[in-house]
Formats: sequence, C-alpha cells, structure tokens
Amino acid sequence: MNGRIALRHVSKVYGADPRTALLLLAQGADKQRVQAETGQHVGLYDVSLSIPAGGIYAIMGLSGSGKSTLVRHINRLVEPSAGQVLIDGEDVLGFGAARLRELRRRRISMVFQHFGLLPHRSVLDNVAFGRRVRGESRRQAQEAARGWLARVGLSGHEHDYPDQLSGGMRQRVGLARALASDTDILLMDEPFSALDPLLRDDLQTQLLALQAELGKTIVFITHDVEEAFRLGQRIALLRDGRLVQEGEPEAVRQAPVDDYVARFLARVNGGSVPRSTGSARG
Amino acid sequence: MAFFATFDLREPINRAVETLVERHGDRLHALNDLLLQGLLLPLERVLRQAPPWLVLLAVLLLAWRATGRWRVAATLTVACYLIGCFGLWDALMQTLALVLVATALAVLLGLPLGIAIAHSRRLRAVVLPVLDVMQTLPTFVYLIPAVMLFGLGKVPAILATVVYAICPLVRLTDLGLRQVDPEVQEAARSFGTTRWQLLLGVQLPLAWPSILAGVNQTVMMALAMVVVASMIGARGLGEEVLAGIQTLDVGRGLQAGLAIVLLAVVIDRVTQGFGRGRRPDGEPGARP
Repeated sequence: MNGRIALRHVSKVYGADPRTALLLLAQGADKQRVQAETGQHVGLYDVSLSIPAGGIYAIMGLSGSGKSTLVRHINRLVEPSAGQVLIDGEDVLGFGAARLRELRRRRISMVFQHFGLLPHRSVLDNVAFGRRVRGESRRQAQEAARGWLARVGLSGHEHDYPDQLSGGMRQRVGLARALASDTDILLMDEPFSALDPLLRDDLQTQLLALQAELGKTIVFITHDVEEAFRLGQRIALLRDGRLVQEGEPEAVRQAPVDDYVARFLARVNGGSVPRSTGSARG
Repeated sequence: MAFFATFDLREPINRAVETLVERHGDRLHALNDLLLQGLLLPLERVLRQAPPWLVLLAVLLLAWRATGRWRVAATLTVACYLIGCFGLWDALMQTLALVLVATALAVLLGLPLGIAIAHSRRLRAVVLPVLDVMQTLPTFVYLIPAVMLFGLGKVPAILATVVYAICPLVRLTDLGLRQVDPEVQEAARSFGTTRWQLLLGVQLPLAWPSILAGVNQTVMMALAMVVVASMIGARGLGEEVLAGIQTLDVGRGLQAGLAIVLLAVVIDRVTQGFGRGRRPDGEPGARP
C-alpha cells in the first residue's frame, strides 16, 4: 500500500545560521538556550518517525511544540535544516520544483486549521481547485468536486461562497477539497480546533468513517489528547520541538515515558480527571 | 571671495540631454509616433466622431455595470451631458482620450512593477524611494524632461502624466499582494500550484480591491495632470482652463474647471464601483 512516511533526524531552525544552533542542540542545549544564545528559534530537533500507510497517525503537543512545523515537512511547505523526509522510500528533499509540484498535486493533500479556502471562489470551485491546478478541465474537476461535496454532506451548497457558510461547513469544504485530489496521504493541521465541541465530535466521526472506507494515510495534528486518542491508530507526543513518545495509544497510556507525558495523558487516563472540552488552543 | 562655491548643473544637464536626443532621437521619435498614431489618435478619432448619444449610452451602461444602481448611473450620465451643454463636448472627448491612454500605460507598467516589488524586498527598497520622489516633485518639473525629449505635444503630456500617476497603482498593488492571507496562499501551494497559478488564481484576485483602488487613484491623478499638461500642448478641457487664465476670462476658466470636476466625479464613481467587486449572484464580493 502507498502512503508510507518516514522522517529521519529532521531538525528545523528558524534563523540566519541554523548550523550553530544545531551544534548547540547536539551538545545538549535546549530550545530556550538556543534562543538566548543565537536568537534563533528551534522548530524541531532530531525527530524520527515512521508513519505506516493506511491509518490515522495523530501527532499531539501544546502550541509551540513544533507539530505544525512537523506536518509541513511532509509536503515541504517547510524545508528542514537537517534530516530526511521519505515518502514510500523516496527522499522528497531531493525533488526538484516540478517533482515537488507533482507530489503535492497527486500524492499529498492538506487540510488547514483556519480552512485556507479561497474567498473569491464558490464552494464548488474551491473543492475543484486541486484538480484544476493539475490541469483538469473545469467540467471534469467540478464533476469530481460535486461528488466529494455530497460525501461530506454539503450538496446544495455548491454555489455558495465560503463566507456564507458556518465554520463546520467551511471545514467540510476544506476536507472535500483535500479528498478531491485523490491522494494517498492526507495531512490535517488541527482541522477541528477552531470548531465548537459538538461539531468537532461529528467531524471526528465522519473522518473515522471516511478513513475506514478510503484507507488513506492520515497525519492528524492536534493539541487535544482526547481527539488524538479517539482518532489515532498510533500517536506521537511532541514537546519543545522534540519527539517525547510514540506508539499505539494503549501502549502510551500504560507506560508514559516521563512525568510530562503522564500529566498530558491525565485527561484520558481512567477518567480520574473530569472530561473537559475547553483545552488550550494551539 | 564668494561664500558659495560655483556648482552649476545647467550645462552638464543640457549637454546630457542633447547627447541623448542626438544618439537616440530616432528611437524617441519612433516611440512618439507609436503612441500618437497607434494609440492616442485612433482613440481620439473614435471618441470625437462617435455621436454623443452613443457615448452617453456607453457611459450609462458602464456606470450601471460598475455601481449596479440605475439612479447613480443616470446621474453620472446627466453630468456628462451637462459638459456637452457647456459646449465642451469635443474638449471632453480629447481629455478623455488622453486620460484613458495615460491610465492604460500606467497600468501596463505599474501593475507588473507592483507585482515585482511585492515579491522582492530588495527591489522594493529601491523602487519605493523613487516613487516617493516622483510623487513629491512639483508636477511642472515633470514637464521639462518630457518636453526636452519629445518636444511640445500630446505624447510628452501623456508620458509626464504616466510618471505622475503611476505611483499609487504601484503602491497599492504591492500592498494588496502583501496583505493576501498567508494561510490561503499556503493552502494553494499545498495543492502544487506553480508561481503563475498562485499569482493569477489566488494572489491577484484577492488583491483586486486594493489594485482597483490604485487604478482609481491613478485615473484621478492622470486627470489632474492632463490639465497641467495642457501647458505643453495637451488639448482638451485643460486647454480651456489655460485659455481662461491667459485671457482673464474667469467664466470660461471656471466653466471648464467645473467640467473637469464633473468628469472626475464620473470616473471616480465608475472605477470605485468596479473596485467593490461583485459576484455572479449579485451579492457584494467577499473582502479577503
């Protein structure tokens, strides 16, 4: 099955001189010290992950933990300072501009936290966007788009504009747009964080059903532990740009590697902490 | 002796211009002819020979298309009709031709320049100060080099107008492009857009209201400059104002001035109407 993703020793430093920062990090400095000494911001440090094909892989962490940076390495919206990103065994960092475009057009699509819809285009044209970009005719692209809109329950809204829809509907447009590209891999960057809890619940259910049917590799970013545990077949926890723990939800729950993970998981551990939906925003 | 050292720019400048005219006179001449024969004169001929009712009808339809309201469109058309009543219809058409050609040139040059500086910080650092200078220079100063290179006539008037009027368009194109929502651009890129697809499909449409505000400013400044440029041979309403001043005929000058104001209002309403943008369903366009 296609859609395997692997990150090997990926680091990302935002700044003029990432090398110095990486050197400091290799000597054991943490994010704060690098910031203080070089003025550079560490997004990720030495993250290695294997994401198997055909499942939902949830990556969680608080805001600033690097999870959004991490997911953007997979389709190279962010270029790493060091490391490798492999998709089905190919290092995408070696891709030229044309191959990278092909990768984004046919193999990876993405859903954004604030939807990223085109305000000047109708819902139908938004969903058809990916197919239009890769050169399909308007009619063909719109036909596919209509089908996907129906799948996410938005039939009848084809000719609305994004600002006429509610948040939940907008994100379903974002989802339909990503699905319409028929890619093996779907990246989702906190897609439901901006929505209210009930709506979030609905969309999670819908996403699980879609995944079961379509068998895509879904990389799901969230700051919400409950969401990660509900959706993820595997989960990973990031803290300050480092990978803290990774594995099947049950295994992580049983054996948190340290206090931080344990505290993070308190909410899903045996119900000892009351269920809450108002978690911190990422 | 004298407190001030002698430092005279006149001679070197005169010599530089002379050499420029000597060496590139043919090319300047060709450019002059191209603008005059290829663009301005045909347009002017069409506007002046068309029956006034047809032009007024065109104004009506254009204004309606822009504003979406018949009453506004009718008022603007009446304003144009009034200029005709002053006996200035022919002058109006000449001025309109000048403004249209100057605006077209300004858009042709200003839009790409605005796009370029939105994408290159270095270029912006060079271009913006130049625009500042162009905007602060007294308008008469533009006329001198234009006359030196092209002599008296309509073409130097147009070129001086373009230099003056291009600034807001460049600025507002740059501003509009830089204000496009980064997440929307990122989302578009995540679907594998080329630079052109991103520019034409996302960035320019979202910057459109700002760009059209720039076009609006450019037309208004072009209109203002066309009046000044009558001093170097631009015909039309400006010429009337000038004649009014020269003959101390206050009535004539003010009437032509009023005609210019009316034209300015019409152009302003129409271009602003287009700037607001509308959707096929008649709803006002989304402001990004």
